[in-house]
Amino acid sequence: MTDGTFDGYGGRHVPDPLQEPLEELAAAYDDVAKSDAFRTELRDLLEEFAGRPSPLYYARNLSDRYGAEIYLKREDLLHGGAHKINNALGQALLAKRSGRDRLIAETGAGQHGTATAMVGALLDLETEIYMGKKDVERQEMNVFRMRLMGAEVNEVTRGDQGLADAVDAALEDFAENVADTHYLVGSVVGPDPFPRMVRDFQSVIGREAREQIQERTGGLPDAAVACVGGGSNAIGLFHAFRDDPVDFYGAEGGGEGSDSTKHAAPLASETGTDDVLHGMKTRVIGDDTEVHSVSAGLDYPGVGPEHAMYRAVGRCEYTGITDEEALAAFRELSETEGIVPALESSHAVARAIQLAEAGEHETILVNLSGRGDKDMETAASKFDLS
Amino acid sequence: MSQEGTTDSDIEAAIRENHPALITYITAGDPSLEETKEYVEALDRGGSDLIELGLPFSEPIAEGPTIQAAINRALDAGTTPEGFFDLVDDLETEAPLLVMTYYNMILQYGSSEASRASESDAEPSNKPDVRPFVERGAEAGLSGIIVPDLPAEEADPLREACDDYGLDLVFIVAPTTEGERLDRIMSQVSGFAYVQARLGTTGARADVSGATHDSLARLSEYDVPKAVGFGVSEGDHAAEIIEAGADGVIVGSALIDLIASSDDPAAALEAKAEELKRGAIRGADDNAVESVGETAATSPSER
Repeated sequence: MTDGTFDGYGGRHVPDPLQEPLEELAAAYDDVAKSDAFRTELRDLLEEFAGRPSPLYYARNLSDRYGAEIYLKREDLLHGGAHKINNALGQALLAKRSGRDRLIAETGAGQHGTATAMVGALLDLETEIYMGKKDVERQEMNVFRMRLMGAEVNEVTRGDQGLADAVDAALEDFAENVADTHYLVGSVVGPDPFPRMVRDFQSVIGREAREQIQERTGGLPDAAVACVGGGSNAIGLFHAFRDDPVDFYGAEGGGEGSDSTKHAAPLASETGTDDVLHGMKTRVIGDDTEVHSVSAGLDYPGVGPEHAMYRAVGRCEYTGITDEEALAAFRELSETEGIVPALESSHAVARAIQLAEAGEHETILVNLSGRGDKDMETAASKFDLS
Repeated sequence: MSQEGTTDSDIEAAIRENHPALITYITAGDPSLEETKEYVEALDRGGSDLIELGLPFSEPIAEGPTIQAAINRALDAGTTPEGFFDLVDDLETEAPLLVMTYYNMILQYGSSEASRASESDAEPSNKPDVRPFVERGAEAGLSGIIVPDLPAEEADPLREACDDYGLDLVFIVAPTTEGERLDRIMSQVSGFAYVQARLGTTGARADVSGATHDSLARLSEYDVPKAVGFGVSEGDHAAEIIEAGADGVIVGSALIDLIASSDDPAAALEAKAEELKRGAIRGADDNAVESVGETAATSPSER
């Protein structure tokens, strides 16, 4: 490949009809998205519409409890309640400037679908969201939100009726309607240019955090921790620190354990293999493994190709955080700090607590990628809150 | 399949000798591998010159609802690569057979073979290899492979394995493909070029797209047979496509519809294949009339 790979991972594994639109998109991205006019408009919208910069919060009670300095990057405070808006705004602006009048997106828990519906309404683009029937049923509130903002929500009934099936349906729509449609991919996955484009749009997280933590502590953190499903919030945090002496830790959906046969941890699990999925070469869970995580946003059999590279070269350590560990961290952060994290982000919090307990890092930066309002039903049934 | 000592592969020979060629597709295991065997034999009797068998994968890209549903039925029926190869072992058709599947299936087959072979090895590489799939396919008697999600840029390992085992590697060419990318694809293609009649997903449509003519014109300088698919369902479509200059016509979704809806799918498939083959020949005849004075087209022959 000429471009778009990360040490052999990534690439553009799509049928021929999609090659040209992706080449066009890559060209538009390299051209339009790097212009000053585009950057200025995006920066203004990130500030005024999305609410950037997001705060860096020193988690005083958690830090006291575990004897490390723990900082939370508060992406949960952005419009929509998650980091997803950073990428949605970037891609929708690019689509608009490239003459597209229609957005499509896949969504699992509904966070990315909601972000897409928000920017679709903002920029007056026709918006269609593909969502597995299973997810439509368990994330009803997000479906209502998307419809309220004018998006059409298509229930996907094929296969397992989950996120992977929604991706398939969206890809088909894209293949059919490439002339007027932009496929707003929600994570650092899929064929080139999506992994690098989404990374760039999310890297504002790390750029801000790097400045904020230096202002606060006078130096860099010893460790940066984020959850990894597709891996956009993690890459978004890590990217600015990639050449710094900062250890990276990725927390995958460990489900019932990354050595079990029910998890979503292709990087941490020993049975993960190099494979091709959704247009990219990457790491995928073994074929005897059933994809599972308590958190819908991590419930994905593959991972972004740049993470597969980070694992291969040893730049980041990936660990499966089990459902139980994530739920415990969800509760602990709620009780100690008065912050209810998304179940996805709870995986990162759990990993940060493990690291603090191990005592090898003094300053730990955690990406709190989303808020936990959407997970209240799960919490209510697990913790007997009713 | 017998390998002739000429430069023509089984597939090229099948297309050139039976010009204009009918290429039929069904999904293996829809609704069961036993029935697939019966249906393939019916398609062979009906005049198919090549038969493509889909090896189902759970995450296909750019398949329309008809083939998607067939893939789901085949997966529900428990179709595996090993079962698929056993079926091909059992088939004795006059038409050469091709497998159409996704790159994932080929890599997965390689990595499960590797882990089986090296169970005592201390360090499982987890680096999949494409060769075991090709080797097993050749052993079962396949003549070619089509992998829709394999870009020509990354096709070298599979290309080499196919060359070593005497299989053709067929690529799909979109109506929008031209210039450098078309050259790249055509440098990897063997057997035939699968010309996609229109943008979008597979599925039967009512008309033949004008893009077909443009694609065929762009491809005319390449010396490899061209077959057109995506949206072909009737003999008249086949006639139009051949008349436009294609060497073959590819039909899939219309056949899967018959499997799903007919009381006697085998008989319906055989009759449909006959209709399509007749249409193709009619197209070639019309062509011959129009191009009087030019080099005579290979005379269509019926089997």
